[in-house]
Formats: sequence, structure tokens, C-alpha cells
Amino acid sequence: MSDIAQVADAGVTERSGAKATVRGGHGAPAAERGRTNKSVGFSSRPYWLYLIPGGLLFVVVILGPLVYNVYLSLTKWSGVGQPKFIGFDNYLKLLSDSVFWESFKNSVAMIIAMVVIPTLIGLLLASVLFDYLGKRFGGSSVSVLRAVFYLPQVLPVVVAGIVWGWILRPDGAFNAFLDAIGLQGFTRDWLGDPNTALPMVMLVMVWVQIGYPVVIFMSALQRVDPEIYEAAEIDGAGYWARFRAITIPQIKPETFVVALTCTIAALKVFGPIYALTRGGPENATNVPSYFAYFTFFKKLNVGYGAAIATVLTLIIVLVAVAIMRWQANSEKKEAA
Amino acid sequence: MSIPAVDRTGPTETVATTISAAQRRADERASRSRDRFHRGTARWVVLIAVAAAALLMLVPFILMLLNAFKSPADYSTNGPLSWPTEFYTKGLVTYWNQVNYPEKLWNSTVIAGTVAVAAVLISLLNAYAIGVGRVKGRLWIVALFLLGNMIPQEALVYPLYFFAKEVGLYNTKLVVIIIFTVIQSAFGTYLLASVLGTFPKALLEAAALDGATRWQILWKIVFPIVRPTLSVLLIFFFIWTWNEFFIPLVMLIDNATQTIPVALASLQGDRLMDAPTTNAGALISLIPAVIFFFIFQRTLTRGVTAGAVK
Repeated sequence: MSDIAQVADAGVTERSGAKATVRGGHGAPAAERGRTNKSVGFSSRPYWLYLIPGGLLFVVVILGPLVYNVYLSLTKWSGVGQPKFIGFDNYLKLLSDSVFWESFKNSVAMIIAMVVIPTLIGLLLASVLFDYLGKRFGGSSVSVLRAVFYLPQVLPVVVAGIVWGWILRPDGAFNAFLDAIGLQGFTRDWLGDPNTALPMVMLVMVWVQIGYPVVIFMSALQRVDPEIYEAAEIDGAGYWARFRAITIPQIKPETFVVALTCTIAALKVFGPIYALTRGGPENATNVPSYFAYFTFFKKLNVGYGAAIATVLTLIIVLVAVAIMRWQANSEKKEAA
Repeated sequence: MSIPAVDRTGPTETVATTISAAQRRADERASRSRDRFHRGTARWVVLIAVAAAALLMLVPFILMLLNAFKSPADYSTNGPLSWPTEFYTKGLVTYWNQVNYPEKLWNSTVIAGTVAVAAVLISLLNAYAIGVGRVKGRLWIVALFLLGNMIPQEALVYPLYFFAKEVGLYNTKLVVIIIFTVIQSAFGTYLLASVLGTFPKALLEAAALDGATRWQILWKIVFPIVRPTLSVLLIFFFIWTWNEFFIPLVMLIDNATQTIPVALASLQGDRLMDAPTTNAGALISLIPAVIFFFIFQRTLTRGVTAGAVK
């Protein structure tokens, strides 16, 4: 969709160039644009008025609650009566809370399942679909395959989680399948066993997430000049050589976007945990967001829940800033 | 194209030879590449491997379909992998009536539809001030919206829950609509502000010279040009809100207000459902989303990348 804006932009830039000669340099450079607007005399209300509805709503729904949540994290409160100010006690308690550490350890597992594995598989799938199958079987078979991989991304993740929860139940389809192929010895309560619950949740998250990098990387590959691939092929580069020397470096910007958005999503994951395991067994699949939810609404320990949510927020912001910095540095290095 | 070798024929002929030689070369290249691409068994092996991976992605849906039409007795005797002995639709009917599905469908549609329209409108107004108006401190404002898009809902949920109760909006569709309008428009503002930042100034100037006010410029000049972008945003906001779970779970506690995913999750949480009913419920709950997927497939797969490089 940004294409549309760019096309419109290109068309009009030409026209404004022509006008500039007629009017003697009225087409001002970017830096002076603001002044140009004034010089042609806008006689209407200032622009910041347009920010008022959105700004007010933002303050009421996001900024206010965010600040109030930080305040609550410094109190002891059950949700009724007055919150009692206790300073940093909740945070000190968090440091020695094994469930808290366990939940962040599981966040790392979620990052592996929602960022690392889908990005690697997605890179491979996108390039096979685009660079290999697309050339040999045409676009329509490729778009059907792409749509299938993307499907879990547009469904309510909780509903998909409930189907998976049933598949992995002791009397579910997975155990029935193992029975059918003669692997009775391996059947178990996959989500109820502390040893297998986390790997199974990770498997479901890979399934949920895989379509996103596939779609992003495939459209990124459309951006790459096909002549680069042709030239490489003429020089005798095979598929792997092209994949490593062209595909990966060319779609680096999209790789950063996938890494950033998926890491944030992995740190926030709630719905699938709720549907699959509710953090159990014995916190084996607990994650910070579910831990916060449970502390708020089941244990009614609002101050402590607010502290968990605040720490999670800080970590997400820090990780996002780190990834954006990393991206900026890598772009700078390339430009140099 | 290479320069033809020196020859003694006339100029017209030279051109003709050059063209035909080039043509022949192009043909050769095309046919060679067609041969190379369309020969051999390797391409079939790769196709089958990728198609098998795609089929694996569909396994949960196939299993769900298989068991949604099974009677509980059939399920307990023949298990989850067998073909249904009869085409049993009572599970679907039971779930439909148990949760009053039309009501859930209505709730989800009202919430997602209102949020999509309102969030696009707010995003456009914000982005107009930031991208076109270039208001002071716009970098900070964009950063703030980006932050709003990044923070986990857990960091907002308790204050929102508490205030909603105080003002009597708890357990209403309205409170969920307001919250998601803001959350979605935080993303929309971030994206649209950068799109409008490149909006052709000449168009705005021309309109201003004709005496248009800023309000008129927004609706008569800016809006028609960015409409394709806005419709992609609209579809995304609708589907994202449709699929939301955490805040609806906290805010909507009874049958009259719950959305489709929350209704299924709370019934399942009560452990009241046998396996066929669970699958029937999941099937009914997925159908609207699958329909959206087929309608908007192209927009979705293409639109998802729009924010990516921008």
C-alpha cells in the first residue's frame, strides 16, 4: 500500500517541478515545506487540533492506565479499599520468586518458537516457493501453498489453541495416532507432563507463527531485482549459492522487521497459554503475561501483578530498542 | 544487446540482422531456461516436500472437521482418527444453542466493525496532523504511539478494569470498543504518519491557493488518495480485533456481551464439553475468520508487508 503513495508522489513531484520554474522556485525543498504552507496562506485552524480526539483517548486508555499501573506496582492492594504504599517491596519479592524467573525462562523458549525457528524455516520456505517452485510451476500453485502456511495467522489463536489442546489430550488425536502406528510406549498426557508440556506449546507456536515470515519474505523477494538472480545463474551459481549470496543479504530489512515484531509478540504471548495449559503443569509453561493475569484476577494480589506487568513492559521496550539500534547500525555499516 | 560485428551489407540490413540475431538469442535463452526449469524430477520432489509441509499445517483442521461430525458414542468407541459412522450434526446444534451463537456473532461483529472504522478515522486525523501538518514535537508523538503499540496489555488491564467498573462500563461492548480503537489507532497513526509524511506538497498548496480549508483538504484531497491504504488498515483492524482475547476475557463476563473466542474458551474452561462438542464449537467459531480469510486473502498476504519496509 505504500506503493500507492509513492506512485502518487512521483507523479505530482514532476508536476510541482514544472510549476517551480513557472513560479520562480516556489516548490520549496523539504526543510522549508512548513513555511511554504504558511506563505500560501492557510487561514484555517491549527493542525494540532486534529490530534485532540486521538490524543485524549490515548491518554485515557494507554498513558493514564500505564502510569497508574506503575503506581499500583508500588502498593499492596487486593482491588478493594485503598492501595497501601509499600515502595519497592513487590520488586524485591519478584527477585526471589522462582515462578517469576521460570516465566521469563519460558519467554526465551517462546522467542525460540516464535522468532528463531519460524524465521529460519520461513526464509527457506519463502525462497523455495519464490525462487524455485514459482519458476517451475507458476504463480498460482505458489499462492495456494503460501495461503495454507498463512492461514493460522488470521484465525483466533485461542480457538486454534483449543483444537490443539484436544489433539494433545490423553484421549486426543496425537496419542491415537501413536497407537495406530505401533508406538504405544510413547503415549502420554502431552500437556500435563512437565517434561513435554513446554516443547508441545512451542510446537503449536511454530505452527501459529510460520506463515508470517513466509509472507513477508516472499514479498521481500519480489522487491529484489530478478537480474541479480539471472546474472548469478549465468555465472553458474546453484540454488544454495544464490540463497546465501543474494537472498539473505537482499532481504535483511524484512528480517529485522520479522525479528522485531515476532519478539514483541513472543514476550506478550497469552492466548495460546491460556487455551493450552494455563501455565501448568507446575508452571512449566507459565509466561509473564499469564503470571500477571493470574496474580491480578485469581490471587487478587494487584500490586504484585502490576509489578510483573511493569517489568514485562520494561523488558519489551528495552528489547525493541535494542533490535532497532542493531538494525540502524547494520544499515549504517552497509552505507559506509 | 551486443554491437554487431563489422559487415559489408547496407545499414537497413544490419539493423535487421541485429534485431533477428537478438531475437534468436532471446528465444534460445527462453527455450533453454524453459527446458532447464521444466525438466527433471527434482522439481517434483521439491513440490511434493513443500506440499506435504502445507498438508501438515492443515492436519489440525482436518482432525477438527473429522470429529466435529462425530457422535460422542462413536468418538468413545472408535477414537479420534476414524471416519464418522454417521453424519452427526447434533454437536454443532448443541454448541450453537448452548452459547447462543448468533448473539456471539453479533457481539464480535459490532465490536470489530466499530473498532475498525473508529480506529481508521482516529489514525487518519492523528496522521494528518503529524504527517501533513508537521506539528511540533511530532517525533516524540510518533514514538509515544509506537510505545502504545508495543506495551503489553497486562500493563493496562487492571487500571482499565478498575475504571470501567467505577464508571459502569464493565461488561459492556462499549468499553472493549473504546480500548481497541485506541490500541489499533496507535499502530495506524504510526503507519499512516509515515505515509502522509511523503504526501505531495504541490497538491496541498494548489488546494490552499484555491481557498480550501485544512478540513476540506483532508477530506477532498488527502482522503481519496490514501483510501487504498485506509481500506487495508480497516481490514486488518477488523480481523485483529475479531481475534483479540485477553481484554475481552477480562471485560466481558456474561453471555450477552461475550465475543466468539471468549465464549468458546469459557465453555471449554468449564470442562463441560466432550471432544466432539469441543470440535464442533471450534469449527463454528473458526468459520467467520476462514470466510474473511478467503475474501481478503490477497489483501492480507500483501498488506501484511506494507508496514514492513516503510
